[in-house]
Amino acid sequence: MTKLPAPGRPGRPGARPSGAQADDLAAPPPPGADTGLVTRFGARRSGQDHLPWRVRPGVLVRRYHLAPYLLSAPALAGVGWLIVWPTVQVGLFSFQNYGILQVAGVAPTRWVGLANFTTTFSDPEFWVSLRNSVLFAGVVVPLTLVTGTCVGLLLNRLGRRMSVVVSTSTLLAWATPTVAATVIFYWLFNPDGGVVDWALARLPGWLGGGAATWTGFNWMTSALPVYTVATLLLVWQGFPFIAVSVLAGLKTVPAELYEAARVDGATPWRTFWKITYPLLKPIFLVLLLLSVIWDFGVFTQLYILTGSGANLDEYNLGIYVYQRAFSTPPSYGLGGALALVLTFILLLITVGYVRASIKQGALR
Amino acid sequence: MTARQGAAVTARPGPLPSAGPAVRAPGRGTTGRLRAVALNATGVAVAVVTLAPIAWMISTAFKPQREIFSLTPHPLPAHPTLANFGTVFSGGAVGITFWTFFVNSLLVTLTAVAASSLIALVAAVAVARFAFRFRTSFLIMLLVVQMLPQQALVIALFIDFRALNLLDSLPGLILLYTAFALPISIWMLRNFVAAVPREMEEAAAIDGAGPARIFWRILFPLVAPGLVATSVFSFIFAWNEYIFALTFLSPNTPGKFTLPIYVTYFMGQHSSDWGAIMAASTLYTIPPIAFFLLVQRRMARGLVAGAVKG
Repeated sequence: MTKLPAPGRPGRPGARPSGAQADDLAAPPPPGADTGLVTRFGARRSGQDHLPWRVRPGVLVRRYHLAPYLLSAPALAGVGWLIVWPTVQVGLFSFQNYGILQVAGVAPTRWVGLANFTTTFSDPEFWVSLRNSVLFAGVVVPLTLVTGTCVGLLLNRLGRRMSVVVSTSTLLAWATPTVAATVIFYWLFNPDGGVVDWALARLPGWLGGGAATWTGFNWMTSALPVYTVATLLLVWQGFPFIAVSVLAGLKTVPAELYEAARVDGATPWRTFWKITYPLLKPIFLVLLLLSVIWDFGVFTQLYILTGSGANLDEYNLGIYVYQRAFSTPPSYGLGGALALVLTFILLLITVGYVRASIKQGALR
Repeated sequence: MTARQGAAVTARPGPLPSAGPAVRAPGRGTTGRLRAVALNATGVAVAVVTLAPIAWMISTAFKPQREIFSLTPHPLPAHPTLANFGTVFSGGAVGITFWTFFVNSLLVTLTAVAASSLIALVAAVAVARFAFRFRTSFLIMLLVVQMLPQQALVIALFIDFRALNLLDSLPGLILLYTAFALPISIWMLRNFVAAVPREMEEAAAIDGAGPARIFWRILFPLVAPGLVATSVFSFIFAWNEYIFALTFLSPNTPGKFTLPIYVTYFMGQHSSDWGAIMAASTLYTIPPIAFFLLVQRRMARGLVAGAVKG
């Protein structure tokens, strides 16, 4: 990625080539570079040097190569203020006794060392929610990836019009707002009038159906049923994105490879593992890491399904962090320690993600 | 920090769904035709299963109470009614009409999308067109920042916003949504800016255009498809966002709720009025889906354009 070559260069005798490297920052500007006659992109303003106030900033920007810094400054400020700084703060809270009294300024903030962490790790709730998070991600991620990949492969084999129809309808699931999707599933699995209980009650017994078990079955009050509903919901919401990404990857695979495999009489299964998978491995890796990150600490869906996290057995790490921080009385220190643990786990995965992205050449 | 919708992967590789090729070498005889039929049938099945929950939501929204709780549910309402929508618009359980929340959400989302697109575009120019000292660090930071869990950040943001008097205020949410949409937007727009041929900017410069003019007259129109693609992501993020709104908006002032908070609040207040809940959530779902369908064509074209690297 080179910098913008100064387009005005040809018509600018005496000016340095502005594609010069950083080491000429210190070099004295040659005559003609700071006369203000030349703007960044062109060489027209020669008659306007009686307006130094208009031209001077441009000269400074050009002389010190400030343009990229100025251009990225607003984004950097926003991200720094509202994303990076709060992360640092949460890190600090986790070593303090930060609670409602400290926020109000009634009691002093004290450093408490690792106390918040020892409290966290000795809390059985923490281990339950960690277990739930790990198991949930362990089930949802493979399911989403396999479903998405199968649909992606299907889309690739379908005719043009059919492919558009199917991909559009799956993407509608993706575009449905999370809260709406969750509310829909809540209703589908509702004990009173929900269509799933109705259907299960009418299934024959050897398929696990039966009116005795399923009439008025409440899915939301214990952990396993709630996580079953959440699994279906997250797979439904998540697979279209995987499918479209896989499809995009499949388009880059040369058709001759499949042609050759077909001539050799390879089964579709073998073709997938010998051709498609190795070629799309980088995409699969990124999708895998993204899915783990999304599903591990999932909050909104579970929070709504469990009714604001009323049942402790149903917590995952995402909900546990939130409840610890904002319970009554709120304990931001304890919540912060937990948030740090969650962030740390996710960052470990993120390192993998960044490395995979770099391997894919995303930083070029 | 877009939940399910962002990813660096999408912006690069090839064409989108709309550019499907013909069925790949479908043999000649009946087996080929059978296979094509089977494939299409599977495709239809996938579409139907995927759309079923959405269809059920819409159908419930039009059903009278009696049919909603009938012993044998029917896929379509036998006696369609608008009563549920009436409840939602007249204020029903919450006492405030749906339009209030709709306007809140629309205001927050559109402002955040516009602001973040502009800021991201400018930053994308910096990353795509210049080699500068912290460029790589900046890019890696954008990747990492997307992964930070919102449940963690919300703790500190709650305290900061309390101090700044930005709790329970829509401008506070706009600030947050703008900032959180930036990383993915910059990451995506970068490729689109890089795809604009420099020669066009040079030509304009030789003709005497200044930087501002080049930005608005050359770069902006050329990356417009990219902006559309990016804005889909930030629109869906801001329209969906739950945890910040849940934490910052006080239940004592429901007039400031955004739609996701309204829908769940409504569900909490009237937990058995499923017709009205589904009507509210149908209305909540329409804008993102309409927006998505509207720009889908252009988005596909934009993503393809972004994939072309110089």
